[in-house]
Amino acid sequence: MKLKSNIATSDNGFIFNPSTGDSFSGNEMAAQLLSAMKSNKTEAEIKQDILNRYDVSENQLDRDWDNWMLQLKEANLLEI
Amino acid sequence: MEKLPYQKPYIKKLHAGAMNKFGTRTGVQPVKSIDGVSVKSLIENYGSPVFVLSEKQIRKNYRAAYRAFSTRYPKVQFAWSYKTNYLNAVCQIFHQEGSWAEVVSGFEYRKALGNGVPGNKIIFNGPGKSTADLQLAIDHDSLIHIDHFDELNQLLVLSKNLANKPRVAIRVNMDTGVYPLWDRFGFNYENGEAWSAISKITASGILHLTGLHCHIGTYMLSTDAYGIAANKLAELAVRCQTQLNHKVEYLDLGGGFPSTNTLKGAYLPGNDIVPTIDDFAEVITSALLNFGFANDDLPLLILESGRVLIDDAGYLLGTVIANKRLANGKGATIVDFGVNILFTSFWYEHQVSPAQDFVAHSENMVIYGPLCMNIDVIRESINLPQLNPGDQVVVHKVGAYNMTQWMQFITLRPAVVLIDEKLRTHLIRQNETLEYTAEPELIPAHLNNAK
Repeated sequence: MKLKSNIATSDNGFIFNPSTGDSFSGNEMAAQLLSAMKSNKTEAEIKQDILNRYDVSENQLDRDWDNWMLQLKEANLLEI
Repeated sequence: MEKLPYQKPYIKKLHAGAMNKFGTRTGVQPVKSIDGVSVKSLIENYGSPVFVLSEKQIRKNYRAAYRAFSTRYPKVQFAWSYKTNYLNAVCQIFHQEGSWAEVVSGFEYRKALGNGVPGNKIIFNGPGKSTADLQLAIDHDSLIHIDHFDELNQLLVLSKNLANKPRVAIRVNMDTGVYPLWDRFGFNYENGEAWSAISKITASGILHLTGLHCHIGTYMLSTDAYGIAANKLAELAVRCQTQLNHKVEYLDLGGGFPSTNTLKGAYLPGNDIVPTIDDFAEVITSALLNFGFANDDLPLLILESGRVLIDDAGYLLGTVIANKRLANGKGATIVDFGVNILFTSFWYEHQVSPAQDFVAHSENMVIYGPLCMNIDVIRESINLPQLNPGDQVVVHKVGAYNMTQWMQFITLRPAVVLIDEKLRTHLIRQNETLEYTAEPELIPAHLNNAK
């Protein structure tokens, strides 16, 4: 689940992959997760932080996390 | 501390390149109520999925269509196309408005009689009338629209020795400049078959040729085609008068006017390309008024519109079952209604709206139904905000054909609810039950293990 090291992200959700030239836009939650992943927090830490601050159930967040990983993988943004 | 509102994380790839010249359509709005009745309460009271029909919209559509023709032409009659939606409550709305019944089978014919439509206000179309059907129509003095020579011959046999001549019309097919040519219904105009049928009827002396009918196509986007059709029918009527000294009382231009649904593969949405009912009325009535009939001798103009009068008065409400992501990364949403009850999703890109507030971010997704079949796709590609299981959705413009062509398959067909003009809801077809589906079944004794 590690983000590729050369991926550039901005605070407002813009993502750029310099090795492919692809760029993406993400919503606010995507920006938060990317920032947390770049700071090398663990999955558990990231989720706990979201649960503390946002109005979401653990069950919902777990499901959305799996979906999030699929999106990053499909976008070729994760280390293999 | 109050927690912040959450939204699912989502990224979207950005594509450089030519912009769509029409720009991107944004601003999906939640549709929380229909005619002022909340979607939530409709689903709570009648289950999910559920079809909802707006009586207000049906009457509005009918009156607009009638006005479009009657303000341009002095003698106009609509006949409700039963096959479009033959729920009795729906038929009764049209009959209250003054519509006759247009039926295409013995089943529909009997339904119309059951709805109290006088026999002489039932138009009997269709290529598949049985001897019993024809006899019934003769007995009730209905307008029988003959589809082929075998039917004509059968009518001649049935009509021998009758005191009153059965009233008939012939169905005429023709080249109206729209292809493929619909030449399967009735007798062809160009090759003289229609004239042969007319001559045979008038020469028989035992059938009364009352009218001429055509049904040139469905979801017609060309008004010109109707102008051509009106001219050709008028030409036949005048020829009847001049050559056979026989007056044709009515010309029936059939149906085929489109609703504003968007056809699959269409470049522009239906709202932008579909001619209005006034456009069709203008072309048809101009053709007839300019043809050369004497002013006091104009034939009655009959229209058998269905789809255009009811499609946008029908809604399908449903519930999201699950979300998933496909192998290619595309999002997919599974809803609790399938193509078995939303037959029109095979040819329309139905508008689907969330029925509750949502976060602004939208995603391109596919909407699947719950059937365990690959063809069960409600929308192949639609931009919608992310929906959660349990969220409710509204499918628009489903009033035509779905409630007649629906199939009972692996589950039960849902209830149909009518919202009347005073915003009261009425159940007009109950949800099916297991007992209902089992009722016509018989189990041979040696297979009956149920005690």
